[in-house]
Amino acid sequence: MFTFLKFSVASDKKSLLFLMISFASLIVSALLGLFSGASFIPPSVIFEVLFSGRTQDPVYRIFMTVRLPRVLGALLAGSGLAVSGSILQTVFHNPLASPNIIGVNAGAGLFVLISSILFPGARDLVPFAAFLGALLASVLILLIAMTNRMSQLLLILSGFVINSLFTAGMNAVLILFPDAYVGAGNFLAGGLSGVTTDRLIYPTFGILGGILLSFCCAKELNHLGLGAERASALGMNVPVIRCLAIAIAAALAGGAVSFAGLIGFVGLIIPHGVKLLIGTDNRIVLPGSALLGGMFVILCDLFARTIFIPYELPVGILLSVVGCPFFLYLILKNRNRRDMEC
Amino acid sequence: MLKMAGVSYSYHKNRPIITNLDLEIEAGKITTIAGPNGCGKSTVLKLASRMLIPQTGEIILGDKNLSHMSKRAVAREVSILFQNSQIPDMTALRAVMAARYPYQSSFSGYTKEEKEISECAMELTGCKEFGRKNMAELSGGERQRVFLAMIYNQDTPLILLDEPTTYLDIHVTYEIMELIGSLNKNQKKTIVMVLHDLNLALQYSDSLILMNHGSIFNIHTPGDNCILESIKALFGVEVRNFRDNHNSFYCFAQSADNDIGI
Repeated sequence: MFTFLKFSVASDKKSLLFLMISFASLIVSALLGLFSGASFIPPSVIFEVLFSGRTQDPVYRIFMTVRLPRVLGALLAGSGLAVSGSILQTVFHNPLASPNIIGVNAGAGLFVLISSILFPGARDLVPFAAFLGALLASVLILLIAMTNRMSQLLLILSGFVINSLFTAGMNAVLILFPDAYVGAGNFLAGGLSGVTTDRLIYPTFGILGGILLSFCCAKELNHLGLGAERASALGMNVPVIRCLAIAIAAALAGGAVSFAGLIGFVGLIIPHGVKLLIGTDNRIVLPGSALLGGMFVILCDLFARTIFIPYELPVGILLSVVGCPFFLYLILKNRNRRDMEC
Repeated sequence: MLKMAGVSYSYHKNRPIITNLDLEIEAGKITTIAGPNGCGKSTVLKLASRMLIPQTGEIILGDKNLSHMSKRAVAREVSILFQNSQIPDMTALRAVMAARYPYQSSFSGYTKEEKEISECAMELTGCKEFGRKNMAELSGGERQRVFLAMIYNQDTPLILLDEPTTYLDIHVTYEIMELIGSLNKNQKKTIVMVLHDLNLALQYSDSLILMNHGSIFNIHTPGDNCILESIKALFGVEVRNFRDNHNSFYCFAQSADNDIGI
């Protein structure tokens, strides 16, 4: 996994240090997420119960059915959406392209709801439906972007239109079939409270596979950043790379939405945060986004289930509450740099 | 070096931009294409770099048909500098290194040699000191130097430049033109460029191709006596020629017998 780092062009040591610190903070937040919650369970107790194999012990059940799936889910959703956002920003050459803004998440959400009406019992289908929805939305945007050479603003506006279309579809489905999706409110805001290990199996493959594939394409994605015309003049097969990247982004976003619902903002702020910290080289930005995206959602989920004990917030709400001011801060602090320009 | 025979191209049906164009580019020379806006100059460059495939006719590069070559193979023979396109979202050094892409196998990293070659290209074009800066933070002239460094680094026998000096101040314009001249003289590159500035075109080229409505209007070498007549006829302007010891200068003014009608 780290071979591609060997050739990083500028400031090798700085990038490597950045990734190591990100990795360490991800581990720390994952441990925090596992040990604390409605009640703090000391690590020693958890290890003792786990190794003794007392499956009826409440500590064991809390850990295996609540804490572990939630931390894993948060990690997967955060990493998947953050990497998806990084890819989309590069492919569309647009700093505002992120799965929740251009309708990729909404497309996945609509398909999840539709599949839960058509095949109420088939929960295994949900991740695939989410992937198809995400793919449909991203292909639509790609087609719009390719049919005419449009400005960045127009592209984002088209994204908004597609986003509203799919969101309207979701609302229509929920009004016509109120029982379609148990816990729809949690799904729309984005939450991890219902996550169980068996629901994570397929999304795990999709998200891990997608992240690894995206690492392999990092150099190609960098070249796309030169502009499609220039990349093509260097001999790159731009349409193939674009479609591959879009499919990866859709798998990542679809995988995340299938169990976590419409979590927003991770896909926008994490890639920007990483780029501001370390530059725009995708060989660093993609792994950085994966690590910090996972960390961010794990921490937000931890707060979501602890600040209003015994009540719990959907983590999506907290992500927006934390994400908005952070994002504004990034914009204002860096308004001289063009990263945020549209 | 490059030969176009009976080439036609249109972006929209019924509105051909290039019609039945025959053209030959001589190796080792600087050829400039000039002509009124929309006459198809940039399209000729895009055809020559296989960005566009001609709808009729054929383009022969060396002894191979361009449309039968792979994109990557073309990118090892022809490089192109685009006119005012997207600003890459990356550091200058990374943009320059990206120009080695046609020589790399897919999904591989950069070798140490490639990094050295890239730094050398940046040194030659005078953009080494801002290698770590993001392309968007550079001035127009600095950015153009980086694009030229990419061309150096792509290291192709044929180089196409679409309006390399547009939007640059007069000092930087001449610096860029000198760099292009040295590419031709020291690196033995064949250069084809589109220029609007006829003074530059007449000073720096071995051959001047005047285009109109998608076909050749006239081809001259800058020493030709009738070149000024051609320019006058094509653009509808008066031309005066001044000389000092070394150079010729040209002055263009609105033609008396061609009322633009403002």
